[in-house]
Amino acid sequence: MAPSFLFSQFMGGLTTAMFLFLIASGLSLVFGIMRVINFAHGSFYMIGAYLAWQMVQWVHPAGAGFWIAALFAASGVAVMGAVIERLFFRSLYGREELYQLLFTYALVLILGDAAKFVWGTQQLSVSTPPVLAGSVQIFGSTQPLYSLFMIALGPAIAFGGWLVLNRSGVGRMVRAAQMDREMLDALGANVGTIYTGMFVFSSFLAGLSGALVTPIQSIVPGMDVLIIVQAFIVVVIGGMGSFWGTFWGSVIYGEVLSFGILIFPGFSLFSVFALMAVILIVRPWGLFGRPL
Amino acid sequence: MTIETATPANSRVIGSGSSPMSRIPWTLIVFVVACTVPWLGSRYNTFLAEQIAIDALFAVSLNLLLGTTGLVSFGHVAYFGVGAYVCGILMKTYDLPFIIAFPAAGLGAGLFALVSGFFCVRLIKLYFAMLTLAFSQIIWAIAYKWNDVTGGDQGLPDVPFPNLDWMTAIPGLGSLKTSDQFYLLTIVLIAVSLAVLHRVVRSPFGRVLTTIRDNPERAAFIGVNVRAYQLAAFVVAGTFAGFAGALYGIFSRGVFADYVFWSKSAEVMIMTILGGMDYFWGPPVGALAIVWLNQEVTDYTEYWPFVLGVILLVLLFVFPGGIVGGLDLLWKRARGWHRA
Repeated sequence: MAPSFLFSQFMGGLTTAMFLFLIASGLSLVFGIMRVINFAHGSFYMIGAYLAWQMVQWVHPAGAGFWIAALFAASGVAVMGAVIERLFFRSLYGREELYQLLFTYALVLILGDAAKFVWGTQQLSVSTPPVLAGSVQIFGSTQPLYSLFMIALGPAIAFGGWLVLNRSGVGRMVRAAQMDREMLDALGANVGTIYTGMFVFSSFLAGLSGALVTPIQSIVPGMDVLIIVQAFIVVVIGGMGSFWGTFWGSVIYGEVLSFGILIFPGFSLFSVFALMAVILIVRPWGLFGRPL
Repeated sequence: MTIETATPANSRVIGSGSSPMSRIPWTLIVFVVACTVPWLGSRYNTFLAEQIAIDALFAVSLNLLLGTTGLVSFGHVAYFGVGAYVCGILMKTYDLPFIIAFPAAGLGAGLFALVSGFFCVRLIKLYFAMLTLAFSQIIWAIAYKWNDVTGGDQGLPDVPFPNLDWMTAIPGLGSLKTSDQFYLLTIVLIAVSLAVLHRVVRSPFGRVLTTIRDNPERAAFIGVNVRAYQLAAFVVAGTFAGFAGALYGIFSRGVFADYVFWSKSAEVMIMTILGGMDYFWGPPVGALAIVWLNQEVTDYTEYWPFVLGVILLVLLFVFPGGIVGGLDLLWKRARGWHRA
């Protein structure tokens, strides 16, 4: 195989990986702090995609239109996350995880149909923002600028997230809530606000990733349940609750999928689920996580 | 064993069974009514009743894990799917009779439950749920991609009905259509399966499972091999899910990869909880409610998932005990007022 072909396969995997990282990082944050698996995270992502499409219809994608739409979508989903957390999720924290899982699944059902009701079932798409519409030649392979933008954005968000979590006062509170909720509560910190904040931030990331995926994937009903399983795999590989773990988990997932297709065509789907199962069996807390 | 006496008075014990209502042989009545559907009801009623019966068995098998043992499996559809594919492949591709394919479906699902369960029971809580989900998605990926055996995304259409000529020897059954004869066979097989599962839950083995649910540490302390019991429950649940899947594949005239997608696991979980997972007969009531509601709602609107989501919300926030739990509570209150 030509090196340029391998390189372009590698870059394809990396682009997938960075999209997944954006989605999965929010899922992982919520799990790490609240110990809740949020099935509705994929639905938030889908709503983000639809909101972005809607905004693009209103403002038109010329110039900064796409970026305004992305910001609008992410903020809209963040507000939705805040409402859901305050109204419903809050009263489930003390309950068994079964009820929490089913609650987030109820959201999947409701949001999925709500999106169908508002935006219909036809495929929608958004054109690439003009600034990033071109492509460049690297090592003899053609790379769309938009992919390169995603590949740059992923590590930037990972680094930013790490910086906030490990080098700021807010991050210290969040990490404390992750370690011992009751102790932090007893010390007078407002744990409820931290939880809401994390849920809102996680929703924001889901909405943003939904908006950013629109130029390269069409928006269809069902994208929510398809993406959430992939995000789970990434989070499980990297370690639930670990930010860098999720980052490397995404890279592993993207590359396994990308090169798996070359080695066992048709079985790359199988290989990623098998990888998830093996990691859960050998190291349930993931490659980079810590045991609960 | 003195485990029963160690159960605190307010803890969840499967079934109540001290009221005069319990003297009425409900199970027998339901069975007899179910058997008369092909004569009394329309073809459509038979279709619904068969769907309810199969879902009931599937949900009861899940509840052996969920309600009885306290294991939150989010991948129970895997065993249903293995059963459906094993039975479908044996009957369609290899032309084997139902009497071989049906037990093989249970065996296949049980074996897969043994292998996957061996790893799953080693994990706690959420990790258990995640691993069961992973195994079910592995089955989905295989079903979806292994074209030569499973038919891939085209599935296995036209799974044949079993040869039911022997039924003509039974007076009154000879004139029935093949689909109605298969319905009766399904009802009998499901009744037997439910009876077996009922025995399992009420047996000393079932009591140990309940002890493990209530307090695994204490169960381990009194000498129970917790993982072995959990694995045994997992295998039994998987086997009966496999039987349900085998019947479903024939009933719906085909086996498709969609049957094994993870959201189906959530659906059967909703049935179980809607009925009431603290009661043996809760899941069948949930299956009845969901199948019936689905028919009613889809007559008016295509947004059935939305309605299901709202039902689930009401269930979680208002009636966590499910339908049977709510009725039981009402009944107990009514009796309390009567005495006072």
